[in-house]
Amino acid sequence: MATFPFELVSPTRLVHSGEAEEVIVPGAEGEFGVFANHAPLISTLRPGILTIKAAGGEKRLYVRDGFAEVNPNGLIVLAEVAVPVEEIDAAAMAREVEAAEAALAEAKEGPERDKAHERLDQMKSAAAALGAAGAARH
Amino acid sequence: MPSLKALRNRIASVKATQKITKAMQMVAAAKLRRAQGAAEAARPYAERMGRVLGNIALGMKDSPEAPKLLIGTGKNQVHLLVVCTAERGLCGPFNSAIVRLAREKAGALEADGKQVKFLCVGRKGFEQLRRQFEKQIVETIDLRAARVLGYEHAEGIGKKVIALFNESAFDVATLFYSRFKSVIAQVPTAQQMIPASFPVGESGLGQAIYEYEPDEEEILADLLPRNISTQIFRALLENAASEQGARMSAMDSATRNAGEMIKKQTLKYNRTRQAMITKELIEIISGAEAL
Repeated sequence: MATFPFELVSPTRLVHSGEAEEVIVPGAEGEFGVFANHAPLISTLRPGILTIKAAGGEKRLYVRDGFAEVNPNGLIVLAEVAVPVEEIDAAAMAREVEAAEAALAEAKEGPERDKAHERLDQMKSAAAALGAAGAARH
Repeated sequence: MPSLKALRNRIASVKATQKITKAMQMVAAAKLRRAQGAAEAARPYAERMGRVLGNIALGMKDSPEAPKLLIGTGKNQVHLLVVCTAERGLCGPFNSAIVRLAREKAGALEADGKQVKFLCVGRKGFEQLRRQFEKQIVETIDLRAARVLGYEHAEGIGKKVIALFNESAFDVATLFYSRFKSVIAQVPTAQQMIPASFPVGESGLGQAIYEYEPDEEEILADLLPRNISTQIFRALLENAASEQGARMSAMDSATRNAGEMIKKQTLKYNRTRQAMITKELIEIISGAEAL
């Protein structure tokens, strides 16, 4: 299967770099899969699970806040938080959901509130997905 | 001529100082390696962010709906200088070089009739700027409690800057920090944050026609605030590496100076001791001859 260069970068380090067959990215407007020779695309991320499928197997990471760029040279994902699913614990996730809830409570009426609401929903679904992934592992 | 005892005490005290400076140098060297690694690890993120934003911004620049963070408020009256310095001294000219650059910029702006405000990150910069610009300092952010610099610190500062911008507290924001070039060279740098500035001539990908999801405006609205935090984060990391580099070379020369001083004082001590012995001998001999 054709592969393409993929990089996942967080502010503190280069998290993942290598060839991938397929990468599933949680885009702001829905998940999308990227194969080799994908059309150039820039999309922001929502909190969720990013799946890398490569010759060596599958890798899943929790990503939040950032964007993905597909260009002829491959795929680059910039995320403020990028943690392998195995390393994330339920308590940390619960704290993130709480932070989103607190932000909603503070948000003023209008677009700001809508945004906070949307974020909380995204956070919750990400937490649920992580919970499911955790359960499947045990 | 100083007494023998005074000389002995002086040598002992210089030796103690030398031990301290030597230890500080070694600690700085160890910390430098870590800080340098962190600064280098942060570079890819900042560079890619800048490149992608530059690409989008290029297309948006002339559009009237472009976000204010990108094109500015249209005015150039109030400037915010974000001055990042260290929390500790004893690192050579590191802090004062950054402050001097900021002060020169402030002077030039004020001469032009502009209004200048400061946001200090780090205690040392605040202490130096307070003398001259006490009333213009909007806020001071203290990172002393932070053992390891994290992205969340930069995010906090970025949010404050954006909140001030949204309150129309300033029109132009400039970031001051010290770029880490090498252990002996740290370059104080001023970097404009708002309106966003991007390195020019970095096209290469400009030809590709991107699909945007959601549309360009929303992406820009999401990314521009992040870009500010990223820039601040990078500045903080570069600063941390520069600080340790500056401290290392400052402590190295202090240790060398102490060594020289010990040598000189020891020579003086031995001379004085010899002179006293000679004097006593002469006294004894001349006493014996007089008999």
